[in-house]
Amino acid sequence: MAKKTTKTPSGAKRVVKRNSEQTKKQLENLALSIVKMAEQAQDPAIAIPTRSLSNVSYNEKTRHVEMGGNKQSRNFFNYGQAKRFMQTMLVGSKCKDLIDIGKTASIRQIYYMSKHTIKGTKEKTFDDQSESDPIIEDLEVAIDTLREELHVFASNRGNLAGPITLVDDGNTLDCSAMGSAGYAVPSICEPDMIQFKKCKAKFILHVEKDTIWRRFHEDRFWQTHDCILSHGGGQPARGMRRLLRRMHEELKLPVYVLLDNDPWGYYIYSVIKHGSINLAYESRRMAIPDAKYIGVSSFDYDRCGMSDDVKIELDANDVKRAKQIANYTWFASKRPWQKEIKKMLSNGFKMEVEAMISKNLSYLTEEYVPMKMKDKKQWLD
Amino acid sequence: MADQNLVEKSSKASQMTLGFGGVQDVPKAGSSEFVGKKKVTAKEKSAPRTGKAPRVRATAESMAKQQREISVSEFFAKNSHLLGFDNKRKALLTTVKEAVDNSLDACEEAGILPEVEIWVKQTDTDRFSVRIRDNGPGIVKNQIPNVFGKLLYGSKFHRLKMSRGQQGIGISAAGMYGLITTGKPIRIVSRTSNRSDAHLYKLAIDTKKNRPDIIKDETIEVDFPHGTEVTIELVASYNKGRQSVEEYIELTAIANPHATLIFHPPVGSTLNLQRGTDELPEETKEIKPHPYGIELGTMIKMAKDTEAQKLGAFLTSEFSRVSPAVAKSVCAKAGVTTATWVSGMESPVVEKLYRALQDTKLKAPSTNCLAPIGVEAILTGLLKGIKAEFYTASTRPPSVYRGNPFQIEVGLAYGGDLGRDKHDDDAEERNGKREPAQARVIRFANRVPLLYQQSSCCTFKSVLETRWNNYTIPQSSGAMPRGPLVILVHMASVWVPFISEGKEAIADYDEIRKEIKLGISECARRLGTLLKRKKKKSDFSKRRDVFTRYIDEVVEATRSITAFNKEDFRKSLIALSQNYTAAADMEFDDHGKVVRKAKPGNDLGLENTVVVSRDEEWQGPEALFEDDTPKKVAKAGAKNTKKKKKRKK
Repeated sequence: MAKKTTKTPSGAKRVVKRNSEQTKKQLENLALSIVKMAEQAQDPAIAIPTRSLSNVSYNEKTRHVEMGGNKQSRNFFNYGQAKRFMQTMLVGSKCKDLIDIGKTASIRQIYYMSKHTIKGTKEKTFDDQSESDPIIEDLEVAIDTLREELHVFASNRGNLAGPITLVDDGNTLDCSAMGSAGYAVPSICEPDMIQFKKCKAKFILHVEKDTIWRRFHEDRFWQTHDCILSHGGGQPARGMRRLLRRMHEELKLPVYVLLDNDPWGYYIYSVIKHGSINLAYESRRMAIPDAKYIGVSSFDYDRCGMSDDVKIELDANDVKRAKQIANYTWFASKRPWQKEIKKMLSNGFKMEVEAMISKNLSYLTEEYVPMKMKDKKQWLD
Repeated sequence: MADQNLVEKSSKASQMTLGFGGVQDVPKAGSSEFVGKKKVTAKEKSAPRTGKAPRVRATAESMAKQQREISVSEFFAKNSHLLGFDNKRKALLTTVKEAVDNSLDACEEAGILPEVEIWVKQTDTDRFSVRIRDNGPGIVKNQIPNVFGKLLYGSKFHRLKMSRGQQGIGISAAGMYGLITTGKPIRIVSRTSNRSDAHLYKLAIDTKKNRPDIIKDETIEVDFPHGTEVTIELVASYNKGRQSVEEYIELTAIANPHATLIFHPPVGSTLNLQRGTDELPEETKEIKPHPYGIELGTMIKMAKDTEAQKLGAFLTSEFSRVSPAVAKSVCAKAGVTTATWVSGMESPVVEKLYRALQDTKLKAPSTNCLAPIGVEAILTGLLKGIKAEFYTASTRPPSVYRGNPFQIEVGLAYGGDLGRDKHDDDAEERNGKREPAQARVIRFANRVPLLYQQSSCCTFKSVLETRWNNYTIPQSSGAMPRGPLVILVHMASVWVPFISEGKEAIADYDEIRKEIKLGISECARRLGTLLKRKKKKSDFSKRRDVFTRYIDEVVEATRSITAFNKEDFRKSLIALSQNYTAAADMEFDDHGKVVRKAKPGNDLGLENTVVVSRDEEWQGPEALFEDDTPKKVAKAGAKNTKKKKKRKK
């Protein structure tokens, strides 16, 4: 799939050529189809597969959330879509430039590259990065390619520590010796970027965010338990998910997930396990159907004898979201999950992983997680 | 509260009947006699406070001494508010109004294009001298004292014909009011032709006897060939603005574009409103009453007064729409024959006849007795008097209420300078503090503007009941529509049902309200169509702006992805943009018709509508109605199209 072409001796930035030739072709085809539509006096349009719950389905066999065939037409001569159409073409042209010169840019850089004042007006092509980010995703699905093939990457998000040695962009890194912050997981974790060299870990413990990860890291959890410890800073970005998947697949490491006991935590688990709704087309590369949810469960409040202080009341939004999640096809058929969500709703409160620290600082790493790891019955699948 | 109102009303009503019946001392005797049962005790309790000694009860004989006739003039002198003289300000307006109405009626009847000149001069702090001169046919010498010095004397009461005056009270009441408040007699100069002398009269009114008191009667030299000049001095106050003499004259000019009106106010410059058309309103025919519109009493009286001897002749000659065949069947129903002697008929028989007539299906009265202002004249009047952008008018087909034919006309003026005349309001509106001003309703009955009692008028209610939101004019429920809008409503009828003698508001008959609402809807629909068209146009121009702005971006971006002919692509995109936003190219002609169509089938010309671009130099209504022949109108239109077309962009 990927091939490195040039390799400059001094370790200077290499020009990476992935599957970009094909992506370039697809971009050109998109442009040509638009020109052709205009020539034939048709409203130029880009067909963009819909990225929403209505257009995803759960594949029982692969246990992936997959994107359906629904497409939305983005037309230029539509008052409400004209600007986004223009923006899509603009981002497309910038990606083409990146492919041509063989460099990559962050999604923020894409935003700056595409942002300018429209000639003769005071209007800017983009007002905010929040406009350009979804455009990049639109473009990915529209021409059936991936972000990195468009030479676009996101900022690093998520860290990892543990007894694993890997090669990142030619540099060999021992993740058990990366200091207090651990190894920062890049946005692109494809095999041409990262190769695994040596691994002594027996499993992966993925936690929700940095603060909890620090707790585990400081308590040297990965050392005592021979595991890889990672976090995604909330919902894990594509880089983190891709790396987890590759470690799971290539190194045969089981993945355990420790998240907050709230609808948001449930969804993060769902994303890691089955893929996200927004990026359903990425599921085949990123989903880890065998991942297990070890906590925090709504039953843990009683099970661990927590104090009232850790309760955070559910608000209307939480309740709504929890019910939505319970209705996702990939949750609907799972009894334990239905029980779990029901329990949270009947509890009327949610808990963060930090709740476990309220007992004492090391309760989480020394008692709670080991207890959870031992008792498979407490896991949620 | 409601109870008390009722009592008050009934006592008022009985006072009036008493007044006519002949009891002089109404307030004292009347009050305790006519209050309801509950009130008697209360009144009795308070009685000792005012009275000193217990009163000796009146006997029939002692009361008989006080019972005598009241003259009409006496009654109205006491109740001048019934005639529109409630306050000083209104007194001035009513005086001018009555005189001008009479002048216009007289001119039209004589087939003269009216030219009425009005002077209002201040003679003392609260005294004004009002002088009105017309170019009418003049009044025959020996009728002058009666016309001006006697109440309820006139040519218009005893006939069913469309005219401004109805009762023959107006001008003599004004004279009487002047006399009462200043002691000055009414001064009349009239000349019937340039071959005869002009007569000068000074008249007072003997209110007790309701007859003129001639103070001066002489022949004088005047500088006008024919016409009448009336001078009345009265206690009054002069104001500008709403419900002023000025407003009355301006509105009169709108409804009477064939009249020239010149007004010399006590202060400020002369208002000179020249006529906008040389066409007199069509002469109206007098009609006989329609059986549906009369009361039994009237019919009994008619049976007494008729010259017809046989019943059949009476029915066919004294009523409209009663043919010999109808008369026959009516008589049969009443159990008499057409050959019955009218003079021998008893009241019960007349009543039977009356009922038979009401039960018989009769044709609606003929409507040639009505002379509507006409769409073109309304438009001319509106164009002349109101600075707006959009004008439309509609004349409804004649209809009938209670046997009286009537016809409704509606005009709308929208946009332009309307609602912008007050700069303080304007500033507030700019700051978004205020909603747009309420629409203004201008009301006319037989071409006479109605300035008072707007909210009790049938026209006003009809405006409120119209669903303006359907025509894109904002209106909160139960309120007047808001926006730069003037709504003109005219009712033409042989007998306009006013709610009082002051002729200020039209009574609320279902038939009338229905017609008014239909007229308003018709006009409002046209306005709505134009507003929607204009909105569509501006929406599409906005769209085109957006597309045009992005075309270059799209071309450049696409071109940097792959190679192709950039210019061709740009051209086809621009062509597409023009095509998709073709509605932005809509242009309207003077009548709101789409000149350049967006798509076939969008060509709904708005009939009876004038659209004026106030951005351009305004040439006056003449340019729009140069001639009646369609050919020439078209030509005139073509000549002016460029100037008055809605500005593109």
